[in-house]
Parts: sequence; structure tokens; C-alpha cells
Amino acid sequence: MALVELRGVTKIYDLGGEKIHALAGVDLDIESGEFTSIVGPSGSGKSTLMHILGCLDTPTGGAMSIDGIRVEKARPKELARIRNRKIGFVFQFFNLLPRLTVQQNVELPLIYMGYSAARRRERAMEVLGLVEMDNRSRHRPSQLSGGQQQRVAIARALVNEPRIIFADEPTGNLDSNTGEKILQLFHELHAGGRTLVLVTHDPDIAGLTPRRIEIRDGRIADEVDTRLVRGTEQSRFALTRDDRDAVGDSPREA
Amino acid sequence: MDFGAVIANSIREIKGHPVRSFLTMFGIILGISSLVAMNAVVKGMENGLKEALIEMGGMDKFEIGEEDELPDYQAHLGDQIPGLTMADVYALQASAPLLSQITPAVEMSRWNSRLSVRHEGRFARPYRLYGTWPSYMELEDHHVQHGRMFNDIDEEMANSVCVISTGIRDDLFGSPESTGEEVIPVGRTIFINDMPFEIIGMFQHYETETERKERLERMRLIREGKIKAPSNGSISRQGSFIYRLKNNSIFIPLRTMLIKFMSSKSEEPEPVQRIDTINVRVPDLESLDASIQQARNVLMITHRGIEDFSFRTEEDMAEEVQLTIRNYRVSGAVIAGIALVVGGVGIMNIMLASISERIREIGICKAVGATDAAVFNQILIESIFLSIIGGIIGLAASQAVIALISSLTPTDNTPEVTGASLIFALCSSVMVGILSGIYPGLKASRFSPMEALKYE
Repeated sequence: MALVELRGVTKIYDLGGEKIHALAGVDLDIESGEFTSIVGPSGSGKSTLMHILGCLDTPTGGAMSIDGIRVEKARPKELARIRNRKIGFVFQFFNLLPRLTVQQNVELPLIYMGYSAARRRERAMEVLGLVEMDNRSRHRPSQLSGGQQQRVAIARALVNEPRIIFADEPTGNLDSNTGEKILQLFHELHAGGRTLVLVTHDPDIAGLTPRRIEIRDGRIADEVDTRLVRGTEQSRFALTRDDRDAVGDSPREA
Repeated sequence: MDFGAVIANSIREIKGHPVRSFLTMFGIILGISSLVAMNAVVKGMENGLKEALIEMGGMDKFEIGEEDELPDYQAHLGDQIPGLTMADVYALQASAPLLSQITPAVEMSRWNSRLSVRHEGRFARPYRLYGTWPSYMELEDHHVQHGRMFNDIDEEMANSVCVISTGIRDDLFGSPESTGEEVIPVGRTIFINDMPFEIIGMFQHYETETERKERLERMRLIREGKIKAPSNGSISRQGSFIYRLKNNSIFIPLRTMLIKFMSSKSEEPEPVQRIDTINVRVPDLESLDASIQQARNVLMITHRGIEDFSFRTEEDMAEEVQLTIRNYRVSGAVIAGIALVVGGVGIMNIMLASISERIREIGICKAVGATDAAVFNQILIESIFLSIIGGIIGLAASQAVIALISSLTPTDNTPEVTGASLIFALCSSVMVGILSGIYPGLKASRFSPMEALKYE
């Protein structure tokens, strides 16, 4: 059984009588240890898909499970628990709480897990070390650069040892140089065995991930898995531009 | 859910917006301080009234007074009312055997008469001048400390003698505090409305135990030169009303009163000896009702059936006192309640503003695993926290409010802050916090995390 399973998932928004089919039947499996990107133009439904995958929203129809837990009919409290224990989020706008210090921001998920203050601190410093931000633990987000803030956000996403990490346009608000470094961090995490899902509108960024899913009009329009194409798992930095162009033209047989 | 973390977060929120938080708390501060202050003032009043009840002697007596309003069926007789006179007193003495002691009294007070008392260029303003029989001393529990009380001979001869209380002495001869020694003016002559009276006695100084201690302490400090002696004798103008009244009275024989102060007022060809009250003592409490009935029978005859008199028992007074206290309580509670409601609305308003400011933050917390309940608790605890802090500041501020009230209306009854009222006030502030936090808390907890995150 895959870590995340979607079967015929639909999402319909009711905007004053007008029904918007944001997702029109999505089937998707994400295995543990995969690094997947979801790519698509704005309005394609990729954000909706990511919200449903991240248990921030529930599907209108279809079935979905995360780590064996059925979530399509889950109550808000259960969803909160799944987000707390199984999922880590990284957002485009970092979404750190401005009044908390770096360390307190990272501790936040642990508060809801019921960790004691001492254990929270220990664990937060540990993951801050992982993203090389442990020397800034007492700073406020406003005292940090964008790239540093995103590192803190990644540390927060890691702190609860999630089964899967979702990143929504994590480089969208950073200059290309800093963005590169953040992406590199993601690839390092992937190399460390973590499961990552990256949502982006940028085909260049998506092309660097081993698996790429393209969303259009609420459906999966295209799917590329470089592992299938090349037969081996590839690090993004091993891929050249030509490689990417090559994989982009090879639809995966479902 | 870690309670410490929630509290820490609440403190951060409040510290993040100090001015806003203070303005929010202001309503609660006002509400709680007025609640405590009203409570203290009413309690003081209650103490004073209870003291007064005790000071006025036992329950086994009643007072006959004039009644201005005749019953409806006698309204047409209004021009024939006889009023209370000495004739009534004599009739009661002769025909009402149940009444064990009958004491008529005429009162002139500083509020309804011209009343001036003078001695060698110094003036006193007594609260009241009483013309009565010596037996009145028992009714009001008076004790002559120096000299003597006037007696039946003084009454019979209508002697120009008076017994004064310490307040009058303080005004005319100087208080012990200002002179450094206690002046006993027995034998001196003073002028009451320009008529000479000889002081034959002076009452003891009436005060509560605490007042006595304070006074002795003050005297000691003055003697040791640590504080300055007051230039006028203000000491007898302090304390609860009943004590001030007793300490600022002059008593003269009833007949003297009638002849010297009342005869000129009468328009009748023959002087009618109108009196203000007849105070009656009965042998025991059980015979109170029967005694009143007996007195009524007699007065119905002397008053030719016109009921222009009324009976007041101490029980009536006790009831009145209870009613007055209750009224003050209720109005105090209503005022404080309104202030608290206003304060609560203020907190709710700010919490609502605060959550719409923090929708995104709430979304973040939910995204990383905060349940609806956790968000609700956070908002609720913040609200309770605000109102408790407001409540505590309010408790401190109540001291200022009490001082303000005391200075605006210098009253005889020292406001008393009770522990129960403090606890009640704190509980009220917690209640306000809970009530005003519920709706914002529910609202915040119901944001869907996705929508909250999208919110700009």
C-alpha cells in the first residue's frame, strides 16, 4: 500500500450556485521516499490537490488515505491530528509567526503533540541544526532573510518527524540563488530518505524532481518518472537540460 | 495541550499590543473597581446602620410621631389636626397602664431651625437641640461623665440649664487635641440663640473601639510633637452618624424648651404645648403590640378620632435599614454589572479584531496540527487572561475609587472592603473573560485551515 493513495478524488466548490470542479477525479499514489513535484498553471487545481493531500481540506468525492488512515470522511479533529503527526508543510510565504522566536516557531507543532518544554527545545534545536539555523534560534522571523526564514520553516516541517512533507512554491518568494539553495536542501532531505511533494508552476523546478505530475483542468494531464525513463534513481544535479527535455516528452504509462 | 505554552502565548499577545490591551482592560478595570468600591461603601453603610440600631437601645420601645398624611377617609379633616401635645402625654400617663415609661421630646436641629450657640466669640453648630425629660437619657443610652443631668426640679422650674456633648465643648472651649488638656466647662454659661444657659453636665465622648484607639494614638503623637494639633476641634465630627449626632447634641429640660423656644411660634391664643415625639418604653417585647394598641386607643380620644399620629417601632426601623441596604446593594450591583458588561463587550470586540488580524496565524497553527479545541482554548484563555489582569488592576484601582467616593461624599461610614467582595470581583472578571471569549473563540476555531492560510 502506498503512503498516500487517491482514488477518483473530486473537489467541487460551490460559489453562489456556480459549481467549480477544481478536481475532476484524481487517481494518485505516492510511495514512501519519493520526491514528487506537482506542476501546472494557475487555476489548474494543483493547489487544491495539495490542500487535499495535506489534509487542509477534504475531498468532495472519492477516497483517500495517508499512511493507511482513511481521510475523506475524517472529522476536523482527526485531520488536525494527521497534519500534526504525519505531515510537514513549507509555504511560499514561509508563514512563520512573527511574534515568536525562531525556536518557538519550530516548537509549534510539538506543542500540539503535547511535548514538554524541555523536550520541545531539544528537538527544535536538533532540526535547526539540520538546516544550519541553530545559531539564530533567538531571532525573530523579521530579523532573518527570506532564505533563512524558509530554512526555519523547513525545520518546523521536519520537527514532528512527518511521513510526508508538502512544499507549496517554496522558492516562489526567493531570489533564484537562494531558491537554488532551498531546493538543494530538499534534495538532501530526499536523499536522506524523506518523502517530499513539491507544488510549483515552474516546469524548470519540477523537472529537477525524480517524479513529475502535471495537473490541468483538475485532472492529471501528464506524469513523468525519471526512474522509469532512466531505470535508475537520479539526483536532480545529475540531470542536464537535455535530460529534462527528454523526460518531459515521455508520458508514463499508467 | 501545554497550558504553560498557551499562557506564554497570551502574555506575548498582550505585550505585543500594550496600549490596545490596556484600553481593552479599561472596561473591566472600571467594572471591577466600581464593584468592589460599591460593595465597600454599602458594607460601610451597613456597619453604620447596624451600629446605629444598637446605639439606639433595645427593641422594647416605640416612638409616637406626627403623621402629615391623614388616611383617605379623613382627608377632609386636614385643617383640624390637633398634633402631638403635652395633653397626649398626660392622657397616656393616666390611661395607658401598659406603657412603662413615657418621654416627650421637642427637637430643634441645625437642618430645620436657626440654631446658634456661642461662648465668648466662639460658635458651635450643634446637630440638634433636644428639650426632653431626664428619662430620655436611658432611651438613647447617654451617659453624663462630668457634672450632672438635669432633674425633675429643673424641669418643673424650667431652669436655663443644659447638658452638652463633647463636640459642643470642642467648638466652644477647644478639643483636648488642640488645647492639650481636657476642658470641663461645667458651670460656664453659654448662649443658645442669644439666651443664656448654664452648663450643668457633659456627656462622655461616644466612639467605637477603633475610633478610641485611633484617637488615643493621635493624642500620643501630638503630645510627642510628631504631628501638629488641629486648630479646630474636628475630632467629634468624625465617626459614624449616630456617634456624630450624639457627640454634637445639647439637651435642655422640656419645659424650658417649650417656654423659651416654642411659645413664640404658636398662633393659638393659649400656648399649646406641641411636641415632636413621644417615646414609649414597654415592659417587654411581647407586650409591644398590645401597648401600641392601648396608646392608639388613648390618642384616638385625645385627637377626636383623627389619626394624625403614627407609631414607629425599632422593628420598622430595622426593616427600613435592611431595605435601604438592599436598595444600595442592588443599585451598586446594577452599576457594576453594566460596567462589567461594557467591559466584556470591549474584550469581545478586541478579541474579534485580534482574530481577524491573526486569521493567517490561526491557519498556520491549524496547518501544523492545532485542533479546533486548541484554537478555541487559546482565544478563550487570552480573553480570560485579559479580564483577570483587568480585574486585578481593578482591585487595586478600587482603593482609588473608594478614596474618591469618600472625598466626594465624606460619610460617617468608613467603607469596608471585605475578602468576600474581592473574591466575588475576581470571579466576576473570570466570568466576563469566559463569556466574552466564547464567541471569538468559536469563530476562530471554525476557520478552515486552508481559507485561513489563503487570507491576506
